[in-house]
Order: sequence, then structure tokens, then C-alpha cells
Amino acid sequence: MTQIATRLASDPRAQRARVRRVLLNRAMMVAAAAALILAVATLCWVLGTLIARGGGALSWRLLTELPNPPGIPGGGLAHAIAGTLLLTGAALCLGVPTGIAAGIWLAEFGQGSRIAYAVRFLADVLMGVPSIVIGVFVYGLLVAPLGSFSGLAGAVALALLMLPIVTRTTEEMLRAVPVTLREAALACGCPPWIMILRVSVRAALPGILTGVLLAIARVGGETAPLLFTSLNTPYWSFDPLAPIGTLNVTLFNYAMSPYRDWQQLAWAAALCITLAVLALTIAARTLRRKRP
Amino acid sequence: MAARTGSRMMRRKQLPDQAFRLATGFGAATIPAVVAAVGAMLTAGATTALLRWGPTFLWRSQWDAVHGEFGAWSALVGTLVSAFLALALAIPLALGVAVFLTELAPRWLAGPASLAVELMAAVPSIIYGMWGLFVLAPFLSEHAQPLLQRTLGWLPFFQGAPTGIGMFTAALVLALMVVPYIAAIARDLFTMVPPQVKEAAMGLGATRWEVVRAVVLPHTRIGLVGAVILGLGRALGETMAVTFVIGNSHRLSPSLFAASGTIASTLANEFTEATDELHLSALMALGLVLFAMTFAILALGRLLVGRTSAQGGGA
Repeated sequence: MTQIATRLASDPRAQRARVRRVLLNRAMMVAAAAALILAVATLCWVLGTLIARGGGALSWRLLTELPNPPGIPGGGLAHAIAGTLLLTGAALCLGVPTGIAAGIWLAEFGQGSRIAYAVRFLADVLMGVPSIVIGVFVYGLLVAPLGSFSGLAGAVALALLMLPIVTRTTEEMLRAVPVTLREAALACGCPPWIMILRVSVRAALPGILTGVLLAIARVGGETAPLLFTSLNTPYWSFDPLAPIGTLNVTLFNYAMSPYRDWQQLAWAAALCITLAVLALTIAARTLRRKRP
Repeated sequence: MAARTGSRMMRRKQLPDQAFRLATGFGAATIPAVVAAVGAMLTAGATTALLRWGPTFLWRSQWDAVHGEFGAWSALVGTLVSAFLALALAIPLALGVAVFLTELAPRWLAGPASLAVELMAAVPSIIYGMWGLFVLAPFLSEHAQPLLQRTLGWLPFFQGAPTGIGMFTAALVLALMVVPYIAAIARDLFTMVPPQVKEAAMGLGATRWEVVRAVVLPHTRIGLVGAVILGLGRALGETMAVTFVIGNSHRLSPSLFAASGTIASTLANEFTEATDELHLSALMALGLVLFAMTFAILALGRLLVGRTSAQGGGA
């Protein structure tokens, strides 16, 4: 044994092979570190740009005023901020109860059945269906028949994007609730539906909330499904059957416009959206961490 | 008699249960219903175009709204080229990130680095697009593209004016967006490799890279293929980021510096402006092609990744 070792150590060929292996290892590990540095650097570059260009435009006026026509500096995005909040809120009301119901059914009733497998699978696929396809779908479903772009259509599109995310997280979180808890509740004579709502769902609540936060974060950054559902308008709009302005679509229109003032507003909108989305993501992450 | 009242009482007691079951079942039923409705709606909307051109719609390369000539070929090619180029760039990067996070990163660094990757995945697509248009495209047209033309300018891929807007920039931005997605799944897969196997390899004198190559990668192979396919699904349907930087043209060009278009960017650009029925129907048909493509790819990816990415996929 020692003889082989000494012979290997003294054999120049074996030694060269070892050096090559060590060097290759070094190179690969440096490459892996470089990949991470590149990724983080890009993130910093993007965020840095947003802060540098959008930070200056952040002001009280941004939150309270309507945009000015091109050429007149200043103006704000109050209507778009309100529109985004309204649409997201409406989408929450539609998507979250449905998603939670679907998640409860999958975890408590469907479980291992074939139908449950199919629903789970379709939810996973729906999660990845391009959001613009959802936009086209809602256009055909609501905009074309009603004859007008509308906030309602935008909210439905966003709700459809939330649905699979909420469903899958709710299911995962319910499945993590120990069986003994349920059995204890049932053994006390508790009807199953009360057991599910007051024991399972309550135990899984922080996790379900994580899913809801992730869903809001995902939807908050979406523009593609709104382009031809809620369209855009530079005015206040509270009619659910009329177009409604949102931060995201306003950002798209203004960034593509040739006017400097509008581009400035677009950067401010970009900063607002990103900050909100990243804050929601971090909040969801911290909640998930706390889960026992 | 007593038994009958008993069973009736039982039934009355079970009524709320049945109602609850039905209500949640209704929620669950919306998911297959939505998927089916999306397919049906797009097919119905695309009927005019599909009846007119049939399957040749897929490989007709004209797209002329004025003369009413539509074909999916240029958008389809743009979609596939941009997605595969992005994947080619993103796969090594994403694997590098995942290897670093699971094998190399000291504990104090692993948490923040993971957070950075997750945030990168969370940044909205439109933000990448805006950054790509105002920051990355000028940078590329001044530095990267002239360099490529000086060194590889004889290749047909690097012809034309280096404007910074076109397929090249679109693929780069897409790659940046896909990296965190694949990296997050790969990281989860890598952490599931049993430590005993890795330690056994190390005990035989394997270097870290050899452990990754001989143990970790083969062990997670199927899941990684699934992760890449899910990344592909995302790249194919990405809309806003691409729309900003690809230049939106229906002309096919071998040069990556030329303006091009994808199905998603065509939809984003033309859908609200499509006034005549044929144009709208052709756009719906494009949407149907995109839906069918992503559906098949995502289904395949999900089957391969299995349940491992149920959490990572949502971010």
C-alpha cells in the first residue's frame, strides 16, 4: 500500500495528472463563483439604474397628481397607482378564495386520486402558461363580448395568474399539517369541514399567506396580460367596465414614448413597482422561514 | 323507524360537510376549466385564419397587415431562436450559480446569495425590458457588438449595424431572466443528493469538481433536464422584456444584430391595433401556437422535475 503511494508520488506522470486535476478543480470552482458574481452584479446593475434614474423623480407629486401632457415637466401617476392597487385588490378577491378552495380540495379531499393528480398537474402547467396568452384569452372572454376594454377584464386576467400559485402553496402547506392534529379534532366529534377550517387551515395559515404574498408579487409586476384587457388611460377611472390606468402599462407606454418627461415618469414607475415586488418577495420569504 | 330517523339525522349532520366538499371541489374544478377554456377560446378566435390557410399558416413567412397576408413562420423562428440562444447562455451560468450555492459558499454567504438569486427571479419582466432598452442596448452597441464584429465579423450572424436592438440583446436579456429560474431549481436538486455518496467520492480522493461531475450531476440529471425545459417554457413566452429590445420586425435575417420578433412580442405590439377580423384571427392563431408549444413543454418539464420544484416554480 505504502509502496504504491510512494511510487505514485514519485511517478512524474501521476504527479502531472494530479496537478491537472487540481487545476481543473480550481478553474471550475472559480467559474462557479464567477457565475454567481455575474448574476449578482446584473441584479445590482438593474437596481442601481432604477435608483439612479427613478429616485430623482420620486416625490409627493408622483403620488398625488395626474400625468401632464408631453412637454410640460412634472406631473404624477396617482391614477395609475390607484389603478394598480384596485386591479390587484379585485384580482385578490377573485383569485385567492378560489385558489384556497382548490388547495383545500386537493389536500383534504382529492389527495392521491387521479382527478387530483390531473388538477395538480394542470395547475403546475397553468403557472407557466405565458401571461400574454392569458391576456389574449381574457380578451376573447370579456373584452370582445362586452365591447370594451375594462378594469374587470384586467382583474380577471390577474386572478387567473394568481389562481395556480395560491392553489399549489395552499395544498403544500395543508399537507405539512400533521395527521395527528386532524385525528385529534375528528376524535373530539368535530365535523370534518370544521376540522379543516379551524385546525388544518389555521395551522397552515402562515404558509398560505406566503403563497398569497408570492401571488401578489408575481401579479404586481405583470404587464403583458393587462395590455389588451384593462388597456390604459391617463385619467382617474373607477368604472369596472371602462379602461383603467395601471403603473405597469403606463410604464410601458411612457418608456416607449419619445418624450423625456414621460420617460422620467416611467423610471419612477419602474422604481415603485420593483420596490413593491421585491418587498413582497422578501416578506414572503421571511414568513416561509418562520414556518416550523 | 328509529334507524331511519338516525340515518336522516346523520344525513342532516353531513350536509354542511357535503356542501363544503362541493364548494372546494368547485374551486378545484376551475383549474382544468380554465386550461380547457384557454385552448377552446384561442382555437375559436383563430378559426378564420386557420380555415383560410390551414396548417400552412405555420410556415408561411409573410406577415402583412395591409394586404391581409399572415403566417407564423418569422415569429415562430424568432421565438425559438431567442429562447434557445438564451438557454445556451443561461445553462452554464445557472449551473455555476447552483454549484456555488450548494458546494462552495460558506454558510454566511449562502443565505444572502440565495436571496439575491430569488430577487433576480422576482424582478418583473418589464423592468428587465426597460433596463435592456435604455442601459444594456446602448452598452452592447458601443462595446460588445463592435468587438464581435471585429473578431467574428465574417460570420453571417454578426452582420449589419450594431444598433443594440435585435435578437442578440433579446437573447441576452432572456438569458439573465432564465438564470435565476433554472438556478433555483438546480440548487434544490443539488441539496437533495445524499451527502454519503458525495463523501464517499471525496474519500476516494475526488476533487470538488470531480464530485460535482461524477456524483451530483448524474444524480440530478433528470431533474436538471426538467429545470432546463421549464426555463425554456419561460423563455418562449416572455413578453415585455423581449418586446422592449428585439426591434419588432417580421423580416427573417440570419444576423443576430438585426431586428426580429417573437410570437409574444407580436401579440403585445399588434393586438390592440388589429382592427380587421383576419388580423385579429391571425394573432389569436399565433397565441394558440404559443399556448400549445408552452403547454407541451411545461407538461414535459413538470413530469421530469416531479414534485421537487413545486415551491421553487412559484417564485
